[in-house]
Amino acid sequence: MIDWTHFTPQSALSGGLIIGFATALLWLLNGRIAGISGIAAGALTSVGAERQWRLAFVLGLVSSSWIWLMLAPLPEVVVTSNYQLLALAGLLVGFGARLGSGCTSGHGVCGLSRLSGRSLVATVTFMTVAMGTVFVVRHVV
Amino acid sequence: MRKNWFISASAFICGLLFGLGLLMAGMANPAKVLGFLDIAGLWDPSLALVMVGGIVVTFIAFTISKKMPQSLLQTKFNWPDATAITRPLLIGSTLFGLGWGLVGLCPGPALVLAGSGAIEGLIFVVFMLIGFRLADVVQARLS
Repeated sequence: MIDWTHFTPQSALSGGLIIGFATALLWLLNGRIAGISGIAAGALTSVGAERQWRLAFVLGLVSSSWIWLMLAPLPEVVVTSNYQLLALAGLLVGFGARLGSGCTSGHGVCGLSRLSGRSLVATVTFMTVAMGTVFVVRHVV
Repeated sequence: MRKNWFISASAFICGLLFGLGLLMAGMANPAKVLGFLDIAGLWDPSLALVMVGGIVVTFIAFTISKKMPQSLLQTKFNWPDATAITRPLLIGSTLFGLGWGLVGLCPGPALVLAGSGAIEGLIFVVFMLIGFRLADVVQARLS
């Protein structure tokens, strides 16, 4: 059943278009794929100019909520997970995205936009597993 | 040097825009993401529209770039060249999906949340960075 009270088509589509615009800009200006896990992980390991632009991108991402706050109050954020679960999930997300060469942005947005079969397989895999995980946590356990 | 400065400035703006898009879309709210992933319960399809919006614009950019010799800041287009469906791809995507489904955070939104000062985001990001490093170590061992 569709949750009509929480469905926000307008902000979702606008947000998606802005994400797409940011991704398009990074590609057309810098020739780089906006895959967040790849950029952030590379910021830790690379050196010189390679590290510089990655750190700049991450800095932009990290400061976005403060720029938002200058214009409007932050949207609602609800986190119900405890600290242990956040730590475990963070470890899985980091390890998995790096091993799998990408996350929601790199495979999900960029990969699907380039019609990459490899990214399609990755996206279907993590979407299915994530939906299965939520199913087990909410409806089975 | 001047060129590197432009490249970093452009990357900063793109990161900032990306984060604003995530906030606007509701992706920085784990409860909203979990509402999308919960197809058996009350399903919130919003995030499908985020994907559609992102993909449409990105697809146009990729198409335009095929007719360009290099990027606007005179760098080469770094097209990903891997095409093989490998075990690391499948295992990694599975573990990533598991973590994403457990709390509703993926790397972009987690960095935005951590940047806002939310302790939940900070904890997640610290362990995510450890996860990146662990994966590098494991892959270096395997190859």
